[in-house]
Amino acid sequence: MECPKCRGRMRTFDRNGVHIEQCDNCRGIFLDYGELETLSRMESQWAQQHYAPPPPAHGGPAWGGGHHGGHHGHRRNSWVGMLFSS
Amino acid sequence: MIEELARLARRDGPVTVLKKGRVLVVRAGDVVVKAHPPGTDERALRARLEAVRDLPGIMLPPLGLERLDGRLVTIWPAGEALTMADVDAGTTPWEEGGRLLALLHARPAPAGLPPAGGPARLARAMADLAAAGVPDDVAAPILAAYATLPPARDGGALTHGDWHLGQIVRYDGAWLLIDPDDLGGGDPAWDLARPAAWYAAGLLGPDDWERFLTSYLAAGGTAVSRDDPWRELDAPARALTVQLTATAVATAAKSGNSPDDAAQALLSACGRIVAVAKAGT
Repeated sequence: MECPKCRGRMRTFDRNGVHIEQCDNCRGIFLDYGELETLSRMESQWAQQHYAPPPPAHGGPAWGGGHHGGHHGHRRNSWVGMLFSS
Repeated sequence: MIEELARLARRDGPVTVLKKGRVLVVRAGDVVVKAHPPGTDERALRARLEAVRDLPGIMLPPLGLERLDGRLVTIWPAGEALTMADVDAGTTPWEEGGRLLALLHARPAPAGLPPAGGPARLARAMADLAAAGVPDDVAAPILAAYATLPPARDGGALTHGDWHLGQIVRYDGAWLLIDPDDLGGGDPAWDLARPAAWYAAGLLGPDDWERFLTSYLAAGGTAVSRDDPWRELDAPARALTVQLTATAVATAAKSGNSPDDAAQALLSACGRIVAVAKAGT
């Protein structure tokens, strides 16, 4: 297949079930029908899993750490004692 | 000592030791008896108990003060303490904690009351760390974070001085603050600084932290500014991070263990405090 933009040679890749043609010359990408939508859907799923939640209403310190979905794993160690004692 | 304390309670019923360390706390029937550390300043303790009697609906008032083997002993009605089950069920009364601290901070410190005990607790934690024989490379980030701290701000607000989830009980259907041992005039932001330090270390989830802080502000809490609470919180939260890390690391070392996940999270926070301070100079 020939690149519709620069007439270079198109090379075919398969990535996660998406069929992609890329031009060896100008690096332009050609997607089959519906595959842009597939990529967008996959990107939003990835974003939901990986992007940080919105910042809390009252901010935090410059030296604050990350929060990754609660800390139940800490619950049975010294964190428990720390909650209740000096 | 335990039996004698239980006798001071003058109550029938099972005797339980609630705390054994610098202080000894025993429950007998519906009363809690607390032996204060040897050498406790009696005038300071009396002033603190007097201040608590003037805080109905905010702090649990004492039943009496006695003396046993040279130690001061206070007697209290037994409230219903929080348990791990409350934390696991997500029913921790963060809102009540925030509200009660806001009410406390609205009061001026009565004349004759000693300063709040928060800064002295930090100094004790650093002394414990030095005495615990912690390896230098483990202690280094704690000492470096300690070196970033400004002197504690003076403040005339009534400050609890040692607030955590063990310092709130339900008594007669209402939540109240307990333990005036560190009550005094001080920077009230120190009372928010322990949860703030847990939050900054990633131990306390953002939802719980926001519940606490939002309720504090909604109840008129004055320790921090509404538009940017961390302006006032930053330094006290760094101080409590250092204190909690020093205590966790010293406790682990004394029992022959290496720092666990929670202590590691605090050590990382100390590292970030130092990195931010370096970047700012």
